[in-house]
Amino acid sequence: MTDDVDQKRRHFLTVATAVTGGVGIAFAMYPFLASLKPSARAQALGAPVEVPVGTLEPGEMIRVMWRGRVVFILRRNEEMLSRLPLSTDLLVDPDSAKEDQQPEFAVNEYRSMKPEFLVVEGTCTHLGCAPIAQIDVGPADDWFGGFFCPCHGSRFDLSGRVYKGVPAPDNLRVPPYRFIREDLIMIGADSGAA
Amino acid sequence: MDKATMIAVALAALLAGSYVFSATSIELESADNDVGDVSSLQRGARNFMNYCSGCHSAKYVRFNSMADDLQLSEDQLIENLMFNAERTFETIQANMAADDAARWFGQTPPDMSLIARAKTTDYIYNFLKGFYVDPASPTGVDNRMLAGTSMPHVLWELQGFQTGVFTEDANGASVFGHFETLTSGSMSPEEFDGFVRDTVNFLEYISEPIASTRRAMGVWVLIFLAFFWVIASMLKKQFWKDVT
Amino acid sequence: MARIESEIGVPKGGFMKWIDDRFPLTETMQYHITQYYASKNFNWWYLFGVLAMVVLMIQLFTGIFLTMNYKPSADEAFASVEYIMRDVEWGWLIRYMHSTGASFFFIVVYLHMFRAMLYGSYKKPRELIWIIGMMIFFALFAEAFSGYLLPWGQMSYWGAQVIISLFGAIPAIGETLVEYIRGDYSISDITLNRFFALHVILIPIALIALVFVHIVALHHVGSSNPDGVEIKDHKGPDGIPLDGVAFHPYHTTKDLVGIIVFLMLFSAVVFFAPDLGGYFLEHANFEAANRMVTPEHIAPVWYFTPFYAILRAVPDKLWGAVLMASAVLLPLFLPWLDRSRVRSIRYRGWIYRLALTLFVISFATLGWLGMQPVDSIYVIMSRIFSVVYFGFFLLMPYYTAIDKTKPVPDRVVYHG
Repeated sequence: MTDDVDQKRRHFLTVATAVTGGVGIAFAMYPFLASLKPSARAQALGAPVEVPVGTLEPGEMIRVMWRGRVVFILRRNEEMLSRLPLSTDLLVDPDSAKEDQQPEFAVNEYRSMKPEFLVVEGTCTHLGCAPIAQIDVGPADDWFGGFFCPCHGSRFDLSGRVYKGVPAPDNLRVPPYRFIREDLIMIGADSGAA
Repeated sequence: MDKATMIAVALAALLAGSYVFSATSIELESADNDVGDVSSLQRGARNFMNYCSGCHSAKYVRFNSMADDLQLSEDQLIENLMFNAERTFETIQANMAADDAARWFGQTPPDMSLIARAKTTDYIYNFLKGFYVDPASPTGVDNRMLAGTSMPHVLWELQGFQTGVFTEDANGASVFGHFETLTSGSMSPEEFDGFVRDTVNFLEYISEPIASTRRAMGVWVLIFLAFFWVIASMLKKQFWKDVT
Repeated sequence: MARIESEIGVPKGGFMKWIDDRFPLTETMQYHITQYYASKNFNWWYLFGVLAMVVLMIQLFTGIFLTMNYKPSADEAFASVEYIMRDVEWGWLIRYMHSTGASFFFIVVYLHMFRAMLYGSYKKPRELIWIIGMMIFFALFAEAFSGYLLPWGQMSYWGAQVIISLFGAIPAIGETLVEYIRGDYSISDITLNRFFALHVILIPIALIALVFVHIVALHHVGSSNPDGVEIKDHKGPDGIPLDGVAFHPYHTTKDLVGIIVFLMLFSAVVFFAPDLGGYFLEHANFEAANRMVTPEHIAPVWYFTPFYAILRAVPDKLWGAVLMASAVLLPLFLPWLDRSRVRSIRYRGWIYRLALTLFVISFATLGWLGMQPVDSIYVIMSRIFSVVYFGFFLLMPYYTAIDKTKPVPDRVVYHG
């Protein structure tokens, strides 16, 4: 047996062993990495939340928790809805062109399934503080009511759309939700049929 | 005497010793259940929810996980097995409040999630079949596997009632002999055995839902390692050719 | 021409040179791996050291992921283990690897220590390696004991209760010491939390440090071999021991085969019998700890049972504890108890072979006895075999001195 043949076989076997070992390690790593995913309990706790809105008055807002996050449900009155077009020129993304900030049904001026009800996550898209609702018209000319974030001064209109010239880059997120009944919203469910 | 012989002698002595001195255990009927039998598990789930979950929780078992493993649709699950729970991700809770149960029975009925691993399926099989009439007991029965149990004979309608025949051993302790039927229930003895077997099968399943998956996976792991072993052996031999 | 050393030269340029100018990387690799020469005649007894390292790595890795999901409180611990088993994806596998790893750690370590007894690996100049190894052994005991409390099952609780109260036997300071260990007046949530800290942080760090030092000490002297011949006594013109082969690639490729076989056994248990009939995962521990009900039969996990049998053999609380502690400590003195001029059992006389056989039988039987319920016949047997166990060590200076040894060869025996 010449040294050459030895070397070739040796090299082949070394590579074969290394590859097999590598495959083995990859397979062995998978369960550990997968275990980092939200567990069945996290999924259970993160399950959709039902919110009755029958007693919510026009102009009133409530906060609920879903997946550990705050969700604002604002029942806009006629007057508030009429203010929406006023701020369009002052907004970064008035038509909600950015896809991941809202489900399909919220790509409109109201950013909601029904114009009356705004369902939006109460998390500023800058660095995550909870914006304060200022839904009555403020003293400024270019302020038509909406949400104000105290941390760095970002402003959002009554549909949660972000103003130009503030640190926050995006409109407030609209979570997936649907109306089970006229007076019952399920947050976190697929919208499916309305 | 070389090393291998030494070790063999040591092990043989050990084995012989353990055989001679092994403790005798009570003669138990074997539960003879098959955790792979899905229809048995489905019946067992039905039995558990209807007869046991009134008092016993299985608090580590989620309805939806159970439905997946038992090949039940969400509708079948909700219709047949979920009585008080509302959402399918909930766990199996007992209907009876724990403190009420403690007051009425002297202790809270234990949770069933791991009972099959703690006590073995054969024990539970014999326990469920082992209630006999005892006028001195507050529940009117006692149990051959657990004397003085505060659990009533929940399955009496199915099994009927039996009496226990005991003898005394050398030390005066009572030794169980056999049962004698007093009244019959709605099921024949074979039907009742099947009922208990299904129930125990379900208890074995819930004590470790992943069991069948892990065994299946183990086969692949061993096959892979065997293949790896062959390659690594060839590599070793190749290098050790250098060594004289 | 056969190559018996591997070919990692000293880098002349590039990335490796940048590193080598600032850190002894190539130097270290050469000293410990590519130019570390170990005897060519290793048999499978020599695998258990590297297997112990493999198990240590498995335990550390699986342990990290378990700690991500485990809750070290009396109220939540048991439930968190079931959470891992059922709700965490692949949690069951991580748990079983860790519980199986714990038992395999002891199987491997006991066999590793037995190798030393077969081949006199603890004899001069390797006494310090042995001492460090014994310290690893003690740390392992502590690691296993603290880890076993964490699932907070019936056996966890009551086993800990029994063993910790042993310390109460120490005169004068006993009761105070027990309170210090427990952190409370009985084993409680407080004890659980601190055992968690010991098990996850303190002892693993100690183990890693000790293993590191263990290997440094070994490499400084060089490995022994089944013939007990010092390979450094016969070096070639290049300074390489004639009977030595470079650790890499020769021992690495050989060890890899052994590691794979080990992983097959390990996987067989993990996937097909993780309980191992109640020896690796005990039945009683599938019930949550109940401070008001003691299980019928408390026994420590199988790897502690030989020493537990010795404890129970003595009718006195203090002296039982002292004897048990002595039994664990005694092997530490082997390098000085063993007076034989010969290292390996291959060249020892019949007396040592007999003594070692009796030792193995007594250790295994004591292990079995430690699992049994209390019974007069078992107590008698425990006493007899305890005497054998202690006799093996205490009489060793005498019988190893008089044992007729065979001549030890100059060079190792290798059959290719």
